[in-house]
Amino acid sequence: MSGLPLVLAANALDTFVQTLFKALALGSLYALLALGFVLIYKATQTINFAQGALALAGTWFLSIIFMDWEIPGRWIGGPGWVHWFIALLLAATATAVLGLIVERLTIRPMIGEPLFSMAVITLGLEVVIRVVAFDAVNTTPRILGIPWGAETFKIGGAMVAWSYIAAIGMAGVAFLGTWRFFKTRTGVAMRATAFDQEAALAQGINVGRVFAIAWAAGAALAAISGIFASMPPWGPAGLASRDGAFFAFRALPAVILGGLDSVVGALIGGLIIGFAEVFAGQYLASYTGVIGTGYQQVVPYVVMLVGLLVRPYGIFGTAEVRRV
Amino acid sequence: MLEVANLEVVYNEVILVLRGLSIEVPDGQIVALLGANGAGKTTTTRAITGLLDVHEGKITKGTVTLAGERIENLEPSQIVRSGITQVMEGRRVFAELTVDENLVTGGITNTDRVSISEAHDRVMTMFPVLADRRTATAGYLSGGEQQMLAIGRALMSNPKLLILDEPSLGLAPKLVAQIRDTIVEINQSGTSVLLIEQNANMALSIADYGYIMETGKIVMDGEAAKLLKDEDVQEFYLGLHGDGGDRKSFREVKHYKRRKRWLS
Repeated sequence: MSGLPLVLAANALDTFVQTLFKALALGSLYALLALGFVLIYKATQTINFAQGALALAGTWFLSIIFMDWEIPGRWIGGPGWVHWFIALLLAATATAVLGLIVERLTIRPMIGEPLFSMAVITLGLEVVIRVVAFDAVNTTPRILGIPWGAETFKIGGAMVAWSYIAAIGMAGVAFLGTWRFFKTRTGVAMRATAFDQEAALAQGINVGRVFAIAWAAGAALAAISGIFASMPPWGPAGLASRDGAFFAFRALPAVILGGLDSVVGALIGGLIIGFAEVFAGQYLASYTGVIGTGYQQVVPYVVMLVGLLVRPYGIFGTAEVRRV
Repeated sequence: MLEVANLEVVYNEVILVLRGLSIEVPDGQIVALLGANGAGKTTTTRAITGLLDVHEGKITKGTVTLAGERIENLEPSQIVRSGITQVMEGRRVFAELTVDENLVTGGITNTDRVSISEAHDRVMTMFPVLADRRTATAGYLSGGEQQMLAIGRALMSNPKLLILDEPSLGLAPKLVAQIRDTIVEINQSGTSVLLIEQNANMALSIADYGYIMETGKIVMDGEAAKLLKDEDVQEFYLGLHGDGGDRKSFREVKHYKRRKRWLS
Protein backbone atom coordinates (compact mmCIF):
# COMPACT_ATOMS: atom_id res chain seq x y z
CA MET A 1 0.00 0.00 0.00
CA SER A 2 1.90 2.96 -1.22
CA GLY A 3 -0.91 5.55 -1.12
CA LEU A 4 -1.66 7.78 -4.04
CA PRO A 5 0.93 7.76 -6.76
CA LEU A 6 3.05 10.81 -6.42
CA VAL A 7 1.06 13.43 -8.24
CA LEU A 8 3.36 16.21 -9.17
CA ALA A 9 2.05 19.47 -7.89
CA ALA A 10 2.89 22.75 -9.49
CA ASN A 11 5.14 24.10 -6.75
CA ALA A 12 6.72 23.28 -3.44
CA LEU A 13 3.88 24.77 -1.36
CA ASP A 14 1.24 22.78 -3.20
CA THR A 15 3.30 19.65 -2.76
CA PHE A 16 3.55 20.36 0.93
CA VAL A 17 -0.20 20.98 1.37
CA GLN A 18 -0.96 17.85 -0.59
CA THR A 19 1.45 15.80 1.53
CA LEU A 20 0.06 17.34 4.70
CA PHE A 21 -3.48 16.20 3.92
CA LYS A 22 -2.28 12.81 2.89
CA ALA A 23 -0.32 12.46 6.14
CA LEU A 24 -3.20 13.71 8.28
CA ALA A 25 -5.55 11.27 6.61
CA LEU A 26 -3.27 8.26 6.92
CA GLY A 27 -2.50 9.29 10.50
CA SER A 28 -6.23 9.47 11.24
CA LEU A 29 -6.67 6.03 9.81
CA TYR A 30 -3.89 4.63 11.98
CA ALA A 31 -5.32 6.46 14.97
CA LEU A 32 -8.75 4.88 14.37
CA LEU A 33 -7.21 1.44 14.15
CA ALA A 34 -5.09 2.13 17.22
CA LEU A 35 -8.15 3.26 19.18
CA GLY A 36 -9.73 -0.15 18.66
CA PHE A 37 -6.67 -1.84 20.10
CA VAL A 38 -6.49 0.60 23.02
CA LEU A 39 -10.13 0.21 24.07
CA ILE A 40 -9.83 -3.54 24.33
CA TYR A 41 -6.41 -3.36 25.93
CA LYS A 42 -7.59 -0.89 28.55
CA ALA A 43 -10.42 -3.13 29.67
CA THR A 44 -8.82 -6.55 29.38
CA GLN A 45 -5.04 -5.90 29.31
CA THR A 46 -4.90 -7.95 26.15
CA ILE A 47 -3.76 -6.95 22.68
CA ASN A 48 -6.57 -8.14 20.48
CA PHE A 49 -4.81 -9.69 17.53
CA ALA A 50 -8.18 -10.36 15.92
CA GLN A 51 -8.72 -6.65 15.12
CA GLY A 52 -7.65 -7.16 11.50
CA ALA A 53 -10.00 -10.07 11.01
CA LEU A 54 -12.84 -8.06 12.59
CA ALA A 55 -11.99 -5.21 10.22
CA LEU A 56 -12.33 -7.53 7.27
CA ALA A 57 -15.62 -8.86 8.63
CA GLY A 58 -16.80 -5.24 8.92
CA THR A 59 -16.04 -4.44 5.28
CA TRP A 60 -17.80 -7.63 4.26
CA PHE A 61 -20.87 -6.68 6.32
CA LEU A 62 -20.95 -3.25 4.64
CA SER A 63 -20.74 -4.74 1.19
CA ILE A 64 -23.60 -7.16 1.97
CA ILE A 65 -25.78 -4.55 3.64
CA PHE A 66 -25.21 -1.68 1.24
CA MET A 67 -24.65 -3.36 -2.13
CA ASP A 68 -26.50 -6.68 -1.93
CA TRP A 69 -29.42 -5.85 0.32
CA GLU A 70 -29.58 -2.17 -0.68
CA ILE A 71 -30.20 -1.13 2.88
CA PRO A 72 -31.27 1.56 3.62
CA GLY A 73 -31.72 2.73 0.00
CA ARG A 74 -34.67 0.44 -0.62
CA TRP A 75 -36.73 2.20 2.03
CA ILE A 76 -35.71 5.82 2.06
CA GLY A 77 -34.78 8.49 -0.42
CA GLY A 78 -32.23 11.26 -0.02
CA PRO A 79 -28.63 11.59 -1.06
CA GLY A 80 -26.53 8.50 -1.60
CA TRP A 81 -23.85 9.42 0.92
CA VAL A 82 -26.43 9.52 3.73
CA HIS A 83 -27.44 5.98 2.78
CA TRP A 84 -23.84 4.96 2.82
CA PHE A 85 -23.20 6.34 6.29
CA ILE A 86 -26.31 4.63 7.63
CA ALA A 87 -25.07 1.37 6.11
CA LEU A 88 -21.65 2.06 7.66
CA LEU A 89 -23.27 2.35 11.10
CA LEU A 90 -25.21 -0.86 10.52
CA ALA A 91 -22.06 -2.67 9.46
CA ALA A 92 -20.25 -1.38 12.54
CA THR A 93 -23.16 -2.56 14.69
CA ALA A 94 -23.09 -5.99 13.08
CA THR A 95 -19.36 -6.22 13.76
CA ALA A 96 -19.95 -5.08 17.34
CA VAL A 97 -22.41 -7.94 17.75
CA LEU A 98 -19.82 -10.30 16.32
CA GLY A 99 -17.33 -8.89 18.84
CA LEU A 100 -19.83 -9.47 21.66
CA ILE A 101 -20.36 -13.08 20.65
CA VAL A 102 -16.62 -13.68 20.38
CA GLU A 103 -16.03 -12.07 23.79
CA ARG A 104 -18.78 -14.08 25.44
CA LEU A 105 -17.60 -17.39 24.03
CA THR A 106 -13.85 -17.09 24.24
CA ILE A 107 -12.75 -14.20 26.42
CA ARG A 108 -15.23 -14.18 29.32
CA PRO A 109 -14.30 -17.68 30.49
CA MET A 110 -10.68 -16.53 30.58
CA ILE A 111 -11.18 -13.73 33.11
CA GLY A 112 -8.53 -14.13 35.78
CA GLU A 113 -6.44 -16.53 33.70
CA PRO A 114 -2.95 -15.51 32.51
CA LEU A 115 -3.03 -12.61 30.07
CA PHE A 116 -0.69 -14.40 27.76
CA SER A 117 -3.25 -17.15 27.22
CA MET A 118 -5.84 -14.54 26.40
CA ALA A 119 -3.56 -12.91 23.83
CA VAL A 120 -2.92 -16.27 22.20
CA ILE A 121 -6.66 -16.92 22.09
CA THR A 122 -7.12 -13.68 20.16
CA LEU A 123 -4.42 -14.85 17.75
CA GLY A 124 -6.40 -18.04 17.23
CA LEU A 125 -9.56 -16.00 16.76
CA GLU A 126 -7.77 -13.93 14.18
CA VAL A 127 -7.08 -17.03 12.12
CA VAL A 128 -10.62 -18.37 12.49
CA ILE A 129 -12.43 -15.13 11.69
CA ARG A 130 -10.03 -14.39 8.84
CA VAL A 131 -10.51 -17.80 7.23
CA VAL A 132 -14.29 -17.55 7.52
CA ALA A 133 -14.25 -13.99 6.21
CA PHE A 134 -11.90 -15.00 3.38
CA ASP A 135 -14.35 -17.66 2.45
CA ALA A 136 -17.18 -15.15 2.50
CA VAL A 137 -15.27 -12.56 0.50
CA ASN A 138 -13.82 -15.22 -1.73
CA THR A 139 -11.35 -14.47 -4.47
CA THR A 140 -13.47 -11.78 -6.08
CA PRO A 141 -13.24 -8.61 -4.05
CA ARG A 142 -16.62 -7.11 -3.14
CA ILE A 143 -17.60 -3.54 -3.92
CA LEU A 144 -18.18 -1.22 -0.95
CA GLY A 145 -19.98 1.52 -2.89
CA ILE A 146 -17.99 4.36 -1.40
CA PRO A 147 -19.94 7.44 -2.49
CA TRP A 148 -17.01 9.71 -3.28
CA GLY A 149 -14.97 7.00 -4.92
CA ALA A 150 -11.57 8.30 -5.86
CA GLU A 151 -12.70 11.89 -6.43
CA THR A 152 -10.50 14.76 -5.46
CA PHE A 153 -10.77 18.49 -5.09
CA LYS A 154 -8.22 21.25 -5.25
CA ILE A 155 -6.90 23.58 -2.60
CA GLY A 156 -4.84 26.02 -4.61
CA GLY A 157 -2.81 23.71 -6.76
CA ALA A 158 -2.90 20.81 -4.31
CA MET A 159 -5.02 17.76 -5.04
CA VAL A 160 -6.90 16.46 -2.01
CA ALA A 161 -8.94 13.26 -2.08
CA TRP A 162 -12.38 13.33 -0.48
CA SER A 163 -11.41 10.14 1.30
CA TYR A 164 -8.81 12.15 3.21
CA ILE A 165 -11.45 14.51 4.51
CA ALA A 166 -13.75 11.63 5.36
CA ALA A 167 -11.04 9.77 7.28
CA ILE A 168 -9.98 12.88 9.20
CA GLY A 169 -13.61 13.64 10.03
CA MET A 170 -14.34 10.07 11.09
CA ALA A 171 -11.30 9.96 13.37
CA GLY A 172 -12.36 13.28 14.89
CA VAL A 173 -15.85 11.95 15.61
CA ALA A 174 -14.53 8.68 17.03
CA PHE A 175 -12.05 10.32 19.37
CA LEU A 176 -14.47 12.98 20.57
CA GLY A 177 -17.04 10.25 21.15
CA THR A 178 -14.59 8.12 23.11
CA TRP A 179 -13.47 11.06 25.17
CA ARG A 180 -17.07 11.92 26.03
CA PHE A 181 -17.87 8.30 26.76
CA PHE A 182 -15.05 8.02 29.26
CA LYS A 183 -16.67 10.78 31.30
CA THR A 184 -19.96 8.92 31.61
CA ARG A 185 -20.74 6.51 34.44
CA THR A 186 -20.13 3.48 32.26
CA GLY A 187 -16.94 5.03 30.93
CA VAL A 188 -15.65 5.74 34.42
CA ALA A 189 -16.50 2.16 35.44
CA MET A 190 -14.51 0.98 32.46
CA ARG A 191 -11.45 3.03 33.37
CA ALA A 192 -11.73 1.88 36.98
CA THR A 193 -11.83 -1.74 35.85
CA ALA A 194 -8.80 -1.16 33.68
CA PHE A 195 -6.91 0.21 36.65
CA ASP A 196 -7.80 -2.34 39.34
CA GLN A 197 -10.18 -5.15 38.55
CA GLU A 198 -10.60 -6.41 42.10
CA ALA A 199 -11.26 -2.96 43.51
CA ALA A 200 -13.76 -2.43 40.68
CA LEU A 201 -15.53 -5.63 41.66
CA ALA A 202 -15.60 -4.45 45.25
CA GLN A 203 -17.48 -1.31 44.19
CA GLY A 204 -20.11 -3.47 42.54
CA ILE A 205 -18.95 -2.79 38.98
CA ASN A 206 -20.06 -5.55 36.66
CA VAL A 207 -16.68 -6.39 35.17
CA GLY A 208 -18.12 -8.85 32.66
CA ARG A 209 -20.29 -6.08 31.25
CA VAL A 210 -17.29 -3.78 30.99
CA PHE A 211 -15.44 -6.43 28.99
CA ALA A 212 -18.41 -6.81 26.68
CA ILE A 213 -18.70 -3.07 26.07
CA ALA A 214 -14.98 -2.82 25.34
CA TRP A 215 -15.12 -5.65 22.83
CA ALA A 216 -18.21 -4.30 21.13
CA ALA A 217 -16.67 -0.84 20.83
CA GLY A 218 -13.33 -2.27 19.71
CA ALA A 219 -14.98 -4.41 17.05
CA ALA A 220 -17.10 -1.51 15.78
CA LEU A 221 -13.97 0.62 15.49
CA ALA A 222 -12.17 -2.18 13.69
CA ALA A 223 -15.03 -2.32 11.19
CA ILE A 224 -15.05 1.43 10.61
CA SER A 225 -11.29 1.67 10.22
CA GLY A 226 -11.27 -1.40 7.99
CA ILE A 227 -13.85 0.20 5.73
CA PHE A 228 -12.02 3.52 5.59
CA ALA A 229 -8.76 1.73 4.95
CA SER A 230 -10.38 0.16 1.89
CA MET A 231 -11.04 3.55 0.32
CA PRO A 232 -9.41 4.39 -2.98
CA PRO A 233 -6.14 6.08 -2.07
CA TRP A 234 -5.17 3.43 0.48
CA GLY A 235 -7.10 0.26 -0.10
CA PRO A 236 -7.77 -1.81 -3.16
CA ALA A 237 -10.03 0.82 -4.73
CA GLY A 238 -13.05 0.57 -2.48
CA LEU A 239 -13.31 -3.16 -2.35
CA ALA A 240 -13.59 -5.59 0.50
CA SER A 241 -10.66 -7.80 -0.21
CA ARG A 242 -8.42 -10.10 1.71
CA ASP A 243 -5.81 -7.41 2.18
CA GLY A 244 -8.11 -5.73 4.67
CA ALA A 245 -7.29 -8.35 7.27
CA PHE A 246 -3.66 -7.36 7.42
CA PHE A 247 -4.00 -3.61 7.43
CA ALA A 248 -4.82 -3.49 11.14
CA PHE A 249 -1.36 -4.69 12.04
CA ARG A 250 0.14 -1.65 10.38
CA ALA A 251 -1.37 0.37 13.21
CA LEU A 252 0.61 -1.56 15.82
CA PRO A 253 3.59 0.83 15.72
CA ALA A 254 1.13 3.65 16.38
CA VAL A 255 -0.40 1.80 19.34
CA ILE A 256 2.93 0.87 20.85
CA LEU A 257 4.43 4.30 20.28
CA GLY A 258 1.43 6.13 21.74
CA GLY A 259 1.08 3.80 24.70
CA LEU A 260 -1.14 0.74 24.78
CA ASP A 261 -3.48 2.09 27.41
CA SER A 262 -3.86 5.65 26.26
CA VAL A 263 -6.58 7.05 24.02
CA VAL A 264 -4.63 10.27 23.51
CA GLY A 265 -1.63 8.08 22.76
CA ALA A 266 -3.56 6.30 20.01
CA LEU A 267 -4.36 9.64 18.41
CA ILE A 268 -0.88 11.13 18.68
CA GLY A 269 0.85 7.83 17.89
CA GLY A 270 -1.33 7.37 14.81
CA LEU A 271 -0.62 10.87 13.58
CA ILE A 272 3.13 10.60 14.17
CA ILE A 273 3.34 7.31 12.32
CA GLY A 274 1.14 8.59 9.51
CA PHE A 275 3.21 11.75 9.13
CA ALA A 276 6.49 9.84 9.27
CA GLU A 277 5.38 7.40 6.62
CA VAL A 278 3.89 9.94 4.21
CA PHE A 279 6.53 12.63 4.57
CA ALA A 280 9.33 10.10 4.24
CA GLY A 281 7.62 8.74 1.14
CA GLN A 282 7.31 12.19 -0.35
CA TYR A 283 10.57 13.84 0.52
CA LEU A 284 13.01 10.96 0.49
CA ALA A 285 11.77 9.76 -2.89
CA SER A 286 14.74 11.19 -4.72
CA TYR A 287 17.14 9.08 -2.68
CA THR A 288 15.77 5.70 -3.68
CA GLY A 289 19.09 5.02 -5.35
CA VAL A 290 20.67 4.97 -1.91
CA ILE A 291 17.94 3.70 0.42
CA GLY A 292 16.01 1.57 -2.02
CA THR A 293 12.25 1.49 -2.54
CA GLY A 294 9.59 0.59 -0.03
CA TYR A 295 11.49 2.32 2.76
CA GLN A 296 8.38 4.28 3.83
CA GLN A 297 6.92 1.01 5.12
CA VAL A 298 9.94 0.70 7.40
CA VAL A 299 9.85 4.27 8.67
CA PRO A 300 6.96 3.66 11.14
CA TYR A 301 8.92 0.91 12.83
CA VAL A 302 12.06 3.00 13.05
CA VAL A 303 10.06 5.82 14.63
CA MET A 304 8.47 3.35 17.04
CA LEU A 305 11.85 1.91 18.05
CA VAL A 306 13.36 5.30 18.68
CA GLY A 307 10.26 6.35 20.61
CA LEU A 308 10.38 3.27 22.79
CA LEU A 309 14.05 3.79 23.59
CA VAL A 310 13.15 7.13 25.07
CA ARG A 311 9.82 6.15 26.65
CA PRO A 312 9.42 2.40 27.16
CA TYR A 313 5.72 2.67 28.03
CA GLY A 314 4.96 4.73 24.95
CA ILE A 315 4.53 8.47 24.81
CA PHE A 316 1.30 8.55 26.80
CA GLY A 317 1.36 5.09 28.30
CA THR A 318 1.14 5.20 32.07
CA ALA A 319 3.96 3.51 33.88
CA GLU A 320 1.90 3.85 37.04
CA VAL A 321 0.69 6.82 39.00
CA ARG A 322 1.63 5.99 42.53
CA ARG A 323 2.43 8.22 45.39
CA VAL A 324 5.31 6.94 47.45
CA MET B 1 -27.71 -8.39 60.90
CA LEU B 2 -24.81 -10.13 59.25
CA GLU B 3 -24.19 -13.67 60.34
CA VAL B 4 -21.19 -15.71 59.34
CA ALA B 5 -21.64 -19.28 60.47
CA ASN B 6 -19.07 -22.02 60.57
CA LEU B 7 -17.27 -20.69 57.51
CA GLU B 8 -14.52 -22.68 55.88
CA VAL B 9 -12.45 -21.23 53.04
CA VAL B 10 -9.87 -23.01 50.95
CA TYR B 11 -7.43 -21.38 48.53
CA ASN B 12 -6.27 -23.21 45.42
CA GLU B 13 -8.17 -26.25 46.68
CA VAL B 14 -5.47 -27.05 49.23
CA ILE B 15 -4.77 -24.24 51.65
CA LEU B 16 -7.35 -24.10 54.41
CA VAL B 17 -7.48 -20.51 55.64
CA LEU B 18 -10.74 -20.23 57.54
CA ARG B 19 -11.69 -23.18 59.67
CA GLY B 20 -15.18 -22.84 61.01
CA LEU B 21 -15.33 -19.09 61.55
CA SER B 22 -18.48 -17.66 63.11
CA ILE B 23 -19.16 -13.98 63.73
CA GLU B 24 -22.18 -11.74 64.00
CA VAL B 25 -22.60 -8.08 63.25
CA PRO B 26 -25.90 -6.88 64.74
CA ASP B 27 -27.63 -3.90 63.11
CA GLY B 28 -26.34 -0.54 64.20
CA GLN B 29 -23.27 -1.84 66.00
CA ILE B 30 -19.54 -1.59 65.48
CA VAL B 31 -17.92 -4.99 65.68
CA ALA B 32 -14.15 -5.36 65.75
CA LEU B 33 -12.35 -8.33 64.26
CA LEU B 34 -8.78 -8.50 65.53
CA GLY B 35 -5.93 -10.78 64.71
CA ALA B 36 -2.30 -10.95 63.70
CA ASN B 37 -1.01 -11.17 60.14
CA GLY B 38 -2.17 -14.30 58.40
CA ALA B 39 -4.99 -15.00 60.82
CA GLY B 40 -7.48 -14.83 57.95
CA LYS B 41 -9.03 -11.42 58.49
CA THR B 42 -8.85 -10.32 54.87
CA THR B 43 -10.06 -13.73 53.71
CA THR B 44 -13.10 -13.23 55.92
CA THR B 45 -13.78 -9.94 54.14
CA ARG B 46 -13.38 -11.56 50.75
CA ALA B 47 -15.74 -14.35 51.70
CA ILE B 48 -18.41 -11.89 52.81
CA THR B 49 -18.07 -9.62 49.76
CA GLY B 50 -17.77 -12.32 47.11
CA LEU B 51 -14.20 -11.61 46.09
CA LEU B 52 -12.76 -15.06 46.81
CA ASP B 53 -12.99 -15.99 43.13
CA VAL B 54 -10.35 -13.43 42.21
CA HIS B 55 -7.91 -15.22 44.51
CA GLU B 56 -8.82 -18.79 43.59
CA GLY B 57 -10.54 -19.18 46.94
CA LYS B 58 -13.69 -21.12 47.66
CA ILE B 59 -16.17 -21.45 50.50
CA THR B 60 -16.29 -25.16 51.26
CA LYS B 61 -18.52 -25.03 54.31
CA GLY B 62 -20.72 -22.67 56.25
CA THR B 63 -22.99 -19.78 55.40
CA VAL B 64 -23.06 -16.01 55.19
CA THR B 65 -26.45 -14.44 55.82
CA LEU B 66 -27.52 -10.83 55.65
CA ALA B 67 -30.91 -10.09 57.23
CA GLY B 68 -31.89 -13.72 56.83
CA GLU B 69 -30.86 -14.01 53.17
CA ARG B 70 -28.02 -16.29 52.15
CA ILE B 71 -25.45 -14.26 50.25
CA GLU B 72 -22.37 -16.47 50.01
CA ASN B 73 -23.06 -17.48 46.42
CA LEU B 74 -23.88 -14.04 45.05
CA GLU B 75 -21.78 -12.00 42.62
CA PRO B 76 -19.81 -9.10 44.15
CA SER B 77 -22.10 -6.57 42.49
CA GLN B 78 -25.19 -8.28 43.91
CA ILE B 79 -23.66 -8.24 47.37
CA VAL B 80 -23.01 -4.50 47.07
CA ARG B 81 -26.63 -4.07 46.01
CA SER B 82 -27.80 -6.08 48.99
CA GLY B 83 -26.15 -3.52 51.26
CA ILE B 84 -22.60 -4.60 52.09
CA THR B 85 -19.66 -2.49 50.93
CA GLN B 86 -16.06 -2.77 51.91
CA VAL B 87 -13.12 -0.44 52.20
CA MET B 88 -10.31 -2.64 51.00
CA GLU B 89 -7.01 -3.09 52.72
CA GLY B 90 -4.42 -0.70 51.32
CA ARG B 91 -7.15 1.77 50.22
CA ARG B 92 -7.08 0.70 46.58
CA VAL B 93 -8.34 4.01 45.21
CA PHE B 94 -8.38 4.26 41.43
CA ALA B 95 -5.20 6.32 41.20
CA GLU B 96 -5.70 7.41 37.60
CA LEU B 97 -9.21 8.67 38.18
CA THR B 98 -10.14 11.96 39.83
CA VAL B 99 -11.64 12.13 43.31
CA ASP B 100 -15.12 12.65 41.87
CA GLU B 101 -14.72 9.80 39.40
CA ASN B 102 -13.68 7.51 42.24
CA LEU B 103 -16.89 8.45 43.99
CA VAL B 104 -18.84 7.71 40.82
CA THR B 105 -17.51 4.15 40.83
CA GLY B 106 -18.60 3.79 44.45
CA GLY B 107 -22.14 4.74 43.49
CA ILE B 108 -22.24 2.55 40.40
CA THR B 109 -24.87 0.20 41.81
CA ASN B 110 -27.08 3.15 42.65
CA THR B 111 -29.22 4.20 39.72
CA ASP B 112 -31.18 6.96 41.39
CA ARG B 113 -29.72 10.36 40.55
CA VAL B 114 -31.11 12.11 43.60
CA SER B 115 -29.81 9.52 46.00
CA ILE B 116 -26.39 9.61 44.32
CA SER B 117 -26.11 13.35 44.70
CA GLU B 118 -27.24 13.10 48.33
CA ALA B 119 -24.59 10.49 49.02
CA HIS B 120 -22.03 12.70 47.27
CA ASP B 121 -23.00 15.71 49.39
CA ARG B 122 -22.72 13.60 52.52
CA VAL B 123 -19.21 12.49 51.61
CA MET B 124 -18.18 16.06 50.85
CA THR B 125 -19.49 17.25 54.23
CA MET B 126 -17.82 14.39 56.04
CA PHE B 127 -14.47 14.96 54.31
CA PRO B 128 -13.95 18.65 53.55
CA VAL B 129 -10.44 17.79 52.32
CA LEU B 130 -11.98 15.91 49.43
CA ALA B 131 -14.39 18.71 48.66
CA ASP B 132 -11.40 20.93 47.95
CA ARG B 133 -9.82 18.42 45.62
CA ARG B 134 -12.70 17.02 43.62
CA THR B 135 -10.93 17.19 40.28
CA ALA B 136 -7.52 16.09 41.59
CA THR B 137 -6.08 12.78 40.42
CA ALA B 138 -6.55 10.35 43.29
CA GLY B 139 -3.03 8.95 42.94
CA TYR B 140 -1.57 12.27 44.04
CA LEU B 141 -3.52 12.51 47.28
CA SER B 142 -1.73 11.82 50.55
CA GLY B 143 -2.19 8.48 52.31
CA GLY B 144 -4.72 9.91 54.75
CA GLU B 145 -6.69 11.62 52.00
CA GLN B 146 -6.71 8.39 49.99
CA GLN B 147 -8.10 6.53 52.99
CA MET B 148 -10.84 9.13 53.30
CA LEU B 149 -11.56 8.79 49.60
CA ALA B 150 -11.74 5.02 49.95
CA ILE B 151 -14.23 5.36 52.80
CA GLY B 152 -16.19 8.02 50.93
CA ARG B 153 -16.29 5.81 47.84
CA ALA B 154 -17.72 2.95 49.90
CA LEU B 155 -20.37 5.24 51.38
CA MET B 156 -21.61 6.19 47.90
CA SER B 157 -23.58 2.95 47.74
CA ASN B 158 -25.43 3.80 50.98
CA PRO B 159 -24.42 0.53 52.64
CA LYS B 160 -26.28 -1.03 55.53
CA LEU B 161 -23.03 -2.66 56.58
CA LEU B 162 -19.61 -1.18 56.01
CA ILE B 163 -16.58 -3.44 56.28
CA LEU B 164 -13.28 -1.67 56.85
CA ASP B 165 -10.13 -3.71 56.35
CA GLU B 166 -7.26 -2.17 58.32
CA PRO B 167 -8.18 1.47 57.77
CA SER B 168 -5.46 2.66 60.14
CA LEU B 169 -2.66 0.83 58.34
CA GLY B 170 0.27 3.11 57.57
CA LEU B 171 -1.33 6.28 58.88
CA ALA B 172 0.06 8.76 61.42
CA PRO B 173 -1.57 8.68 64.89
CA LYS B 174 -3.40 11.92 64.29
CA LEU B 175 -4.94 10.54 61.11
CA VAL B 176 -5.82 7.28 62.86
CA ALA B 177 -7.77 9.30 65.41
CA GLN B 178 -9.54 11.10 62.60
CA ILE B 179 -10.46 7.87 60.84
CA ARG B 180 -11.72 6.52 64.14
CA ASP B 181 -14.00 9.52 64.61
CA THR B 182 -15.24 9.08 61.06
CA ILE B 183 -16.15 5.46 61.72
CA VAL B 184 -18.12 6.49 64.80
CA GLU B 185 -19.88 9.18 62.78
CA ILE B 186 -20.80 6.70 60.04
CA ASN B 187 -22.09 4.26 62.62
CA GLN B 188 -24.18 6.92 64.33
CA SER B 189 -25.94 7.63 61.07
CA GLY B 190 -27.24 4.05 61.13
CA THR B 191 -24.65 1.98 59.28
CA SER B 192 -23.35 -1.15 60.99
CA VAL B 193 -19.59 -1.51 60.88
CA LEU B 194 -17.33 -4.51 60.78
CA LEU B 195 -13.93 -3.13 61.65
CA ILE B 196 -10.98 -5.36 60.86
CA GLU B 197 -7.83 -4.18 62.56
CA GLN B 198 -4.44 -4.98 63.94
CA ASN B 199 -4.62 -1.78 65.92
CA ALA B 200 -6.60 -3.37 68.76
CA ASN B 201 -6.57 -0.28 70.91
CA MET B 202 -8.21 1.89 68.31
CA ALA B 203 -10.69 -0.75 67.24
CA LEU B 204 -11.82 -1.77 70.72
CA SER B 205 -12.09 1.82 71.86
CA ILE B 206 -15.04 2.40 69.55
CA ALA B 207 -16.46 -1.10 69.07
CA ASP B 208 -19.45 -2.59 70.82
CA TYR B 209 -18.22 -6.10 70.48
CA GLY B 210 -14.95 -7.73 69.53
CA TYR B 211 -13.68 -10.98 68.09
CA ILE B 212 -10.12 -12.19 68.20
CA MET B 213 -9.01 -14.46 65.45
CA GLU B 214 -6.06 -16.78 65.12
CA THR B 215 -5.24 -19.19 62.29
CA GLY B 216 -8.70 -19.10 60.80
CA LYS B 217 -10.79 -19.36 63.95
CA ILE B 218 -12.27 -17.13 66.59
CA VAL B 219 -10.31 -17.79 69.75
CA MET B 220 -11.93 -15.20 71.95
CA ASP B 221 -14.87 -12.83 71.83
CA GLY B 222 -16.74 -10.50 74.10
CA GLU B 223 -17.88 -6.97 74.75
CA ALA B 224 -15.23 -4.55 73.56
CA ALA B 225 -14.87 -2.93 76.97
CA LYS B 226 -14.24 -6.31 78.57
CA LEU B 227 -11.71 -7.31 75.92
CA LEU B 228 -9.84 -4.06 76.47
CA LYS B 229 -9.42 -4.96 80.12
CA ASP B 230 -8.55 -8.58 79.49
CA GLU B 231 -5.00 -9.35 80.56
CA ASP B 232 -4.16 -11.56 77.62
CA VAL B 233 -5.48 -9.07 75.12
CA GLN B 234 -3.55 -6.30 76.82
CA GLU B 235 -0.37 -8.26 76.77
CA PHE B 236 -0.61 -9.66 73.30
CA TYR B 237 -2.29 -6.86 71.36
CA LEU B 238 -1.57 -3.74 73.31
CA GLY B 239 1.93 -4.62 74.44
CA LEU B 240 1.12 -3.76 78.04
CA HIS B 241 1.89 -5.51 81.28
CA GLY B 242 -1.11 -6.71 83.15
CA ASP B 243 -0.24 -4.68 86.23
CA GLY B 244 1.52 -1.44 85.62
CA GLY B 245 0.80 -0.50 82.04
CA ASP B 246 4.45 -0.12 81.06
CA ARG B 247 5.28 -1.10 77.53
CA LYS B 248 6.90 -4.44 77.15
CA SER B 249 9.98 -4.78 75.03
CA PHE B 250 9.53 -6.38 71.64
CA ARG B 251 11.85 -9.17 72.60
CA GLU B 252 9.69 -10.25 75.48
CA VAL B 253 6.58 -10.05 73.33
CA LYS B 254 8.14 -12.44 70.90
CA HIS B 255 9.06 -14.77 73.69
CA TYR B 256 5.54 -14.58 74.98
CA LYS B 257 4.19 -15.35 71.55
CA ARG B 258 6.25 -18.48 71.32
CA ARG B 259 5.19 -19.60 74.73
CA LYS B 260 1.48 -19.06 74.52
CA ARG B 261 -1.10 -19.35 71.79
CA TRP B 262 -4.65 -18.19 71.97
CA LEU B 263 -6.91 -21.04 72.80
CA SER B 264 -10.55 -20.91 73.57
